[in-house]
Amino acid sequence: MATITDRSASERWHDENRKAPLREQPPTTVSSVPIDALYTPDSLNGFDPETDLGFPGQYPFARGVHASMYRSRLWTMRQFAGFGTPRQTNERFKFLLSKGQTGLSTAFDLPTLMGLDSDDPRSLGEVGRLGVAVDTLDDMQELYDGIDLAKVSVSMTINAPAAIVMAYFLANAQDQGVDWQELRGTIQNDTLKEFHAQNEFVYPPEPSVRLVCDVIEFCAQQVPQWNPVSISGYHIREAGSNAVQELAFTLADGFHYVDVCLERGLDVDSFAGRLSFFFNAHNDVFEEIAKYRAARVLWAETLRHKYGARKEASWKLRFHAQTAGCSLQDKQPQVNLMRVAYQALAAVLGGCQSLHTNSMDETLALPSEHAVTLALRTQQVLAYETGVTNTVDPLGGSYFVETLTRQMQEQARTYWERIEEKGGMVPAIEAGFFRREIADAAFVYQRDVDAKRKLIVGVNAFQETDEQPLEILQIGADVEQEQVSRLRLRKQQRDQEAAQRELNNVKRVAATKENLMPALIAAARARCTVGELVNALADVFGRYDGAAKW
Amino acid sequence: MTTATVPQRIVLAKIGLDGHDRGIKVVARALRDAGMHVIYAGLWQTPEAVVRTVGDEDADWLGLSLLSGAHMTLVPRVLELLRAAGLGHVGVLVGGIIPEADIAKLTEMGVARVFGPGTPLPEIVDFLRQPREARHG
Repeated sequence: MATITDRSASERWHDENRKAPLREQPPTTVSSVPIDALYTPDSLNGFDPETDLGFPGQYPFARGVHASMYRSRLWTMRQFAGFGTPRQTNERFKFLLSKGQTGLSTAFDLPTLMGLDSDDPRSLGEVGRLGVAVDTLDDMQELYDGIDLAKVSVSMTINAPAAIVMAYFLANAQDQGVDWQELRGTIQNDTLKEFHAQNEFVYPPEPSVRLVCDVIEFCAQQVPQWNPVSISGYHIREAGSNAVQELAFTLADGFHYVDVCLERGLDVDSFAGRLSFFFNAHNDVFEEIAKYRAARVLWAETLRHKYGARKEASWKLRFHAQTAGCSLQDKQPQVNLMRVAYQALAAVLGGCQSLHTNSMDETLALPSEHAVTLALRTQQVLAYETGVTNTVDPLGGSYFVETLTRQMQEQARTYWERIEEKGGMVPAIEAGFFRREIADAAFVYQRDVDAKRKLIVGVNAFQETDEQPLEILQIGADVEQEQVSRLRLRKQQRDQEAAQRELNNVKRVAATKENLMPALIAAARARCTVGELVNALADVFGRYDGAAKW
Repeated sequence: MTTATVPQRIVLAKIGLDGHDRGIKVVARALRDAGMHVIYAGLWQTPEAVVRTVGDEDADWLGLSLLSGAHMTLVPRVLELLRAAGLGHVGVLVGGIIPEADIAKLTEMGVARVFGPGTPLPEIVDFLRQPREARHG
């Protein structure tokens, strides 16, 4: 590539055009990375397309993890949904499937995410509000009632209590007569990013990671098609990080899970192929595409060379993408439709395996049926009308995209060195390193917006004075009452002795190095609640203080 | 504008279970940079704990952040507890995702101002620097 271009021609062009007047907003990415006027073969100094780029479906997978990508199979269109009682969410799931959605994605309410039962005083006002309330195995049964779990892949977004919810899911699948071998889906189960960004942690970092790895190990042995973790940059980005931080911290989390699984004596190829990822799709189209491509290359290189993985599946970074919630605005909310469409385009050009497109009303409330349908239709237009699916990795070889991809790889490695300097993942968490880095980036971004160095349509430019409000989804106050009475009834009806026995057994196992999953599945069957199980584990593991560091 | 020589004291807190703290931390930094004394109480605060902190810190202002939709349960509770503790003079600000209809209700209950997503930081700083009469006028 480099040989066919006269180096001086490119330099000459830059000399001639360097003084061109620039617009008021500097040409930087959304992460404030300066962008050159033009990218040429010179930008890719030393780049070898044979080895650095390769081919789709081949190491190092810059061009995608599958050879034929969307020509063979489109990404899974998976809208995150959940609110109210399990029955209400079950109805929303069936509605989404009837509109052509191809996988389910479950949002739990805050009490469930924090491991509290619906009748806990701290749950007051939060039950069923941001997602569905799940307290017992019976709630899990109702949630997926009438949906064939052997056919529809299911994703569950839950972290601190993930092992418990996974136990409910597995017990319920068995009750429905579905073989665990057939189950396809994902549980987020990524507690490291909770410490960096999302703040839904319960236990200290080390026992939190032990739980993550218990699920990874158990699924590797018994639920082979399941993704036992979705290593997530999404929330890191939402908390205000820039693109490189999202990339670097997410992969560092992934490597930490690999390290801990290896310490247990697992063979890297027995589990690495099922580690999955979850990235943000933010506004800056090319920066995002470069981020996904860099992630694939970095993961492949590290798994192959550092961890000695031999299976191709272990090298492949598969990822879900969600458009950036934090980019949506409450001013002129219909404009969010356009933001989401461009972000979805970036995710698809970057080679995602599944995609959630946000609804236009999500800065106001959970999405209405109308808004969520438009969000899904956005993906369908992208898939069937725009033609971007016709060829594999259409941007591969772009001077600009390849340069950005390489830059991001280098910057991510620099971050990994800094984490090492802090003593590794857990000491870096305890030192507040990730949180501080992210908060700094969030502050820089907001200052840029306030100074109009970055323009946001409808917010600091092109404002409207007379806006029509959108119709938004309202969650009735009766949801909390209904869920609390159901929970109380179920606790009354169960065999109390059996429930206590299983809770004690969970505590016993937690104090050993045994895998907790069998004990949790038995406890799920004995109708132990999420709150009871989380507390039982906390008796052994302790709780992590969400100390305010800023 | 302001005649106060002592910096204003503001307690900022996340109430309820919601962990979205990007906004409150950005606001905390902006207020601190503007010369205010900021006490960030942190995550998962109960209304009772928040009111205790306001009293202990002798704060002029309390800023609550919620993006969870629980504001109509938790904010009125904080207001009630503030009054009960003789802290009715403390100005209460709310930030986060609050639907238009609820903003009116919260203001009526005594919240001084609700700041939604995308509020420029200088707008919050300016609001706090205004003399009280102008703010309520």
